[in-house]
Amino acid sequence: MAVTLSERAAKHVASYMVKRGKGIGLRLGVRTSGCSGMAYRLEFADVAHPDDVEFESHGVKVLIDAKSLPYLDGTELDYAREGLNEGFRFNNPNVKDACGCGESFSV
Amino acid sequence: MALLQIAEPGESSAPHEHRLAVGIDLGTTNSLVATVRSGLAVVLSDELGRPLLPSVVRYLTDGSAEVGYEAQARQALDPRNTIVSVKRFMGRGLGDIAHRESLPYHFDDAPGMVRLLTAAGRKSPVEVSAEILRVLRLRAEAALAGPLLGAVITVPAYFDDAQRQATKDAARLAGLPVLRLLNEPTAAAIAYGLDNAAEGVYAVYDLGGGTFDISILRLSRGIFEVLATGGDSALGGDDFDQRIFCWIIEAARLKPLSVEDARMLLTRAREAKEYLTFHGSAPICARLDSGEAVDLTLSTEVFTEITRTLVAKTIQPVKKALRDAGLSVADVKGVVMVGGATRMPQIQRAVGEFFRQQPLNNLDPEKVVAIGAATQANLLAGNRVSGDDWLLLDVIPLSLGIETMGGLVEKIIPRNSTIPAARAQEFTTFRDGQTALAIHVVQGERELVSDCRSLARFELRGIPPMVAGAARIRVTFQVDADGLLSVTAREQTSGVEASTVVKPSYGLSDDEIAGMLKDSLLHVRDDAQRRALKEAQVEAQRLIEAVRSAIDADAELLSADELSRIQNELTRLQALSLSDSRRQIVLAMDDLEAETKAFASRRMDKSIRRAFAGRKIGELDSQLTAEKTGEAV
Repeated sequence: MAVTLSERAAKHVASYMVKRGKGIGLRLGVRTSGCSGMAYRLEFADVAHPDDVEFESHGVKVLIDAKSLPYLDGTELDYAREGLNEGFRFNNPNVKDACGCGESFSV
Repeated sequence: MALLQIAEPGESSAPHEHRLAVGIDLGTTNSLVATVRSGLAVVLSDELGRPLLPSVVRYLTDGSAEVGYEAQARQALDPRNTIVSVKRFMGRGLGDIAHRESLPYHFDDAPGMVRLLTAAGRKSPVEVSAEILRVLRLRAEAALAGPLLGAVITVPAYFDDAQRQATKDAARLAGLPVLRLLNEPTAAAIAYGLDNAAEGVYAVYDLGGGTFDISILRLSRGIFEVLATGGDSALGGDDFDQRIFCWIIEAARLKPLSVEDARMLLTRAREAKEYLTFHGSAPICARLDSGEAVDLTLSTEVFTEITRTLVAKTIQPVKKALRDAGLSVADVKGVVMVGGATRMPQIQRAVGEFFRQQPLNNLDPEKVVAIGAATQANLLAGNRVSGDDWLLLDVIPLSLGIETMGGLVEKIIPRNSTIPAARAQEFTTFRDGQTALAIHVVQGERELVSDCRSLARFELRGIPPMVAGAARIRVTFQVDADGLLSVTAREQTSGVEASTVVKPSYGLSDDEIAGMLKDSLLHVRDDAQRRALKEAQVEAQRLIEAVRSAIDADAELLSADELSRIQNELTRLQALSLSDSRRQIVLAMDDLEAETKAFASRRMDKSIRRAFAGRKIGELDSQLTAEKTGEAV
């Protein structure tokens, strides 16, 4: 099981972390909500939880709670630019269906 | 697939519920829009990666408008329809506009605000500003991939209510909900995180393209209070370009120039100025239409020398602002640099020398206001960072209150209260059987209504007739986040209510506010004496009324002798009550009270006998309980 960051994503995360001035890494997760059943969590992590699984990708520590991991296994987090908009994108092989905007999904 | 931003721990928003908010620096020369992304405030650039939007709008005959660089490029060709520095006209009447004869526009007078006659018709400054805001809104929506919850828009600290209202109207016209208007120096201070810093006094030195502003702020409990502002509305980075331009002409001994050559040399001058920020000398090369060649080198020393007077011109208003705030250089804890022109080393040096400290300059001075506004917008939109306190940054510039008997002001919300604010106070009736109460809302620091500014008047009617002092009228002042004041008066026993909405500083200019504040300081002692006198006069009137109504009700409790003595004292007090001697009034009141003491206790006995006659103890108990409950309500 693994979750990775693209090099570009890792670079952005690292620079945000430096400017934020605290935190141990990046927390990914899923939770039930949204129009297609599930939604991603993408947050700074200040503490690790006991049920966290940890990965290291391009020097960034990634924390995922054990319950979310099956839904995220194999995901690569990328950083993308679309016109003036820019941000992080989950390339998740588990997704069967997503809502039009892609903010929520089902597996 | 949507693009996500990193949230603070536990604060990932639900899908489709991102609260997108931006901060906008609506500048005289340039405007910017910024937002908070993954916890970091960034300025949003256009498709070509340019962060600034020149605040220039050009109207075309087909009714459309060009905004920004496009419009700026045509400025020389179509000066009449190309509106620059529209901010100077916001909320201003024709008479307020300085040097309007030297401006290329066709002005049209209109009540409230001037209008501009353009190829696309008659435009108000609000409409012109809305064009700029619309472009920024579209840029932000493209960059954030969604509609905006709202924006925080910055305005100069000295903007009065008409100018602030005009700015809000422009935003509404541009389809942009305004979360809050924020003072520019406050925004700059927020960008530097000073709102989380130690309390103290900070100076914000803002040298833009064509304007210079200095603001003295005091931070206490996370709130910035503007202590003083000053500046020069016709001094900016452009004047430094002009000095270099003149130097080129002199140094190269040029003959009178064509318009094109002049514009080209002015551009060279600006480039040289920017080059000198990082280099010791700047080459200036140009070939003119006439065939003449310009090949010069401008050194930092020469540049500093030819702009010495300009730099000195900015220090004068700084001194004055400090003086207005009643502070000295030693009181200033930090200096924030704002505006592209503050990059010039001689400015940095002069400001550093004056304040005897290194100014804060590690943020881009052109972006710092927009970044502060974005930070504030992010908080107001509810995307708050855990642990951060909710920021309340605006204060009421002058106290708000109502007129009480004798033309005195009862302050309900004191000056420098943070907004939003709500305060209530109870008042009562002055006369027996009084069924209406006139409420006069005033603003100012002085003790007498005649020295304050009248904001609104309204009446509370339908108060049930009661003895003087029995009615309980709760007057509530509420100022919302935008400074809009609503006043409600409610008689507590009957529930009758009346209210009004006013804009506190409408039409009050900065000078007027400053003048009113100064007056109040000068007249503190004077006012206190006048207030004491007025209070005594009112108190005397009240006593006279009370004694008269007691006599009307219970004259039979007095002997003829007692009655005439009381009448004598009444007449004496009545005569004195309008005199200027507080002492005499108070003495006469004491005399009357002494004379009526026995009468009062007899009346008390009588009413107790009346109340208790023919009642059982149980009944009295329940009545007492009822009264108590009544008080608690």
